[in-house]
Amino acid sequence: MAAVKRRESWIPHFVLIMGVVVFVFPIYFALIGSTYDAATIATGRMPLFPGGHALENYRHALTSGSGFRVSGGPVRTMLFNSLVMALVIAVGKIAISIISAYAVVFFAFPGRMFFFWMIFVTLMLPVEVRIIPTYKVVTDLGMINTFSGLTIPLIASATATLLFRQVFLTIPDELAEAAKIDGAGPLRFFWQILLPLSRTNIAALFVILFIYGWNQYLWPLLITTSRSMETIVIGIVKMIGTSDAQTDWNLIMATAVLAMLPPVAVVIFMQHWFVKGLIETEK
Amino acid sequence: MRRRVIFPNKVLPYLLLTPQLAITIIFFFWPAAQAIYYSVLLQDPFGLRTQFVWLENFRTILTDPLYLGSIRVTVIFSTAVAGLAMGVALLFAVMADMGIRGARVYRTLLMWPYAVAPAVAASLWLFIFHPSIGIIGRGLNNMGILWDYKLNGTQALLLVILASAWKQVSYNFLFFLAGLQAIPRSVIEAASMDAGPARRFWSVVFPLLSPTSFFLLVVNMVYAFFDTFGVIHALTGGGPAQATETLIYKVYTDGVMNLDLGGSSAQSVILMLFVITLTGLQFRFIERKVHY
Repeated sequence: MAAVKRRESWIPHFVLIMGVVVFVFPIYFALIGSTYDAATIATGRMPLFPGGHALENYRHALTSGSGFRVSGGPVRTMLFNSLVMALVIAVGKIAISIISAYAVVFFAFPGRMFFFWMIFVTLMLPVEVRIIPTYKVVTDLGMINTFSGLTIPLIASATATLLFRQVFLTIPDELAEAAKIDGAGPLRFFWQILLPLSRTNIAALFVILFIYGWNQYLWPLLITTSRSMETIVIGIVKMIGTSDAQTDWNLIMATAVLAMLPPVAVVIFMQHWFVKGLIETEK
Repeated sequence: MRRRVIFPNKVLPYLLLTPQLAITIIFFFWPAAQAIYYSVLLQDPFGLRTQFVWLENFRTILTDPLYLGSIRVTVIFSTAVAGLAMGVALLFAVMADMGIRGARVYRTLLMWPYAVAPAVAASLWLFIFHPSIGIIGRGLNNMGILWDYKLNGTQALLLVILASAWKQVSYNFLFFLAGLQAIPRSVIEAASMDAGPARRFWSVVFPLLSPTSFFLLVVNMVYAFFDTFGVIHALTGGGPAQATETLIYKVYTDGVMNLDLGGSSAQSVILMLFVITLTGLQFRFIERKVHY
């Protein structure tokens, strides 16, 4: 607001700094927790500055994942699983959505609007409302405990299709006309003109979808029964278990930090794309 | 919206649509149809006999005190999460939009909780509010306030609300900020001729933000309903005594844990109707392209 009086100007800083403190504190506390040994944390008098066990906690979590009271798989396996899941979901959603948007916008064929609506309606069927039957389908197809079971059912995307359709509709007819006159077929037009034009949208969408894939919870919880297929988000909740005071909190917090690192890094370093993607997809 | 220039191919468009449609049919429509189908059937626990029962499952659910309790929990939970996450975000956005120095730094520092998975957010909050090792949980107990979210239902609900809202503030903050920055400066300047900051906010800025607010309300309700499963599963497991069992959580426990196929399918159908209503509202009342 333009006409803010000078004497007020410390208020926004004060409110925002308090906000940042509240928002950063849980993370800071987890970071600190990952630098002490389990015994110090269990006393409930953990200091508010870092201790000296960071390296050994992280090494332990990454390589074995099991402590005295926590039994888990090695976190590096979980990190790998999460990474594969997030990448396949993000790339897969973008790939199949961009080609279906291309079909709907640049071709005339019987059933065009019908198919478009079919994709659109999936917005109203989130996985949570069809858990059990979807799980059954995946079991019948023998996809339990596989990467294809983890990712393929989540790859359909109405939002991404809608977004690419919107982008394609803004491309002037003259451009397609010129390409046609120059003898470009539909596939050449797609590769050489549409894809380069959609680059920024693809980047923005990738950031949002990577986070979406990395943070999935209910679906991997159902699909992964074997420890070697667990994602890190599932793994950490299993490590917490009944959340006794006497558990290996140092390992749990080290795992939490490792679980947050990739998506948070993506948001911070690709901030521009992140905000663009968020506002554009509107979820 | 039809283009003048189109490609004449007859087969290619179908090939391009095939992957998306195949996944949609196999993993969306078929299971959704199954949910509707099972919701009118009654199956014995061993899956040996199945009987068509019309709307019996729905009647059982809607008269089940546990289900009604779960509706109550969901209403309290989602209203609190949406209200808290939107209120705090609006406050931050208004502060960050006052033309202060370092606004971008604040924006960066406030945006990243969005990237933290709900279940991981839960583990962070657990570490702080744990009754014996958490800095705040222990502090409360030392001050003589009995704090144990594993025994006290109200405290458990409070904790899942806080952890869920914490994560959602970033999203709302970015949208409110974008909404505020889209308001023309001239409008604000004209308003500041004859109104103080508070009056200016409530009678000029806030009404102009209402499309953003309405959009966010829908998104936050959907978030509180569907995306908070991880928070609840990690923190309280729906307990103590169903105090934090939301509708989605109940579908999960009834279907996956208790293997009550008919009952859980009927709950799925009710939730589907709810999502359809919300999505319909969202597209009906929001002129989406105007405000960002």
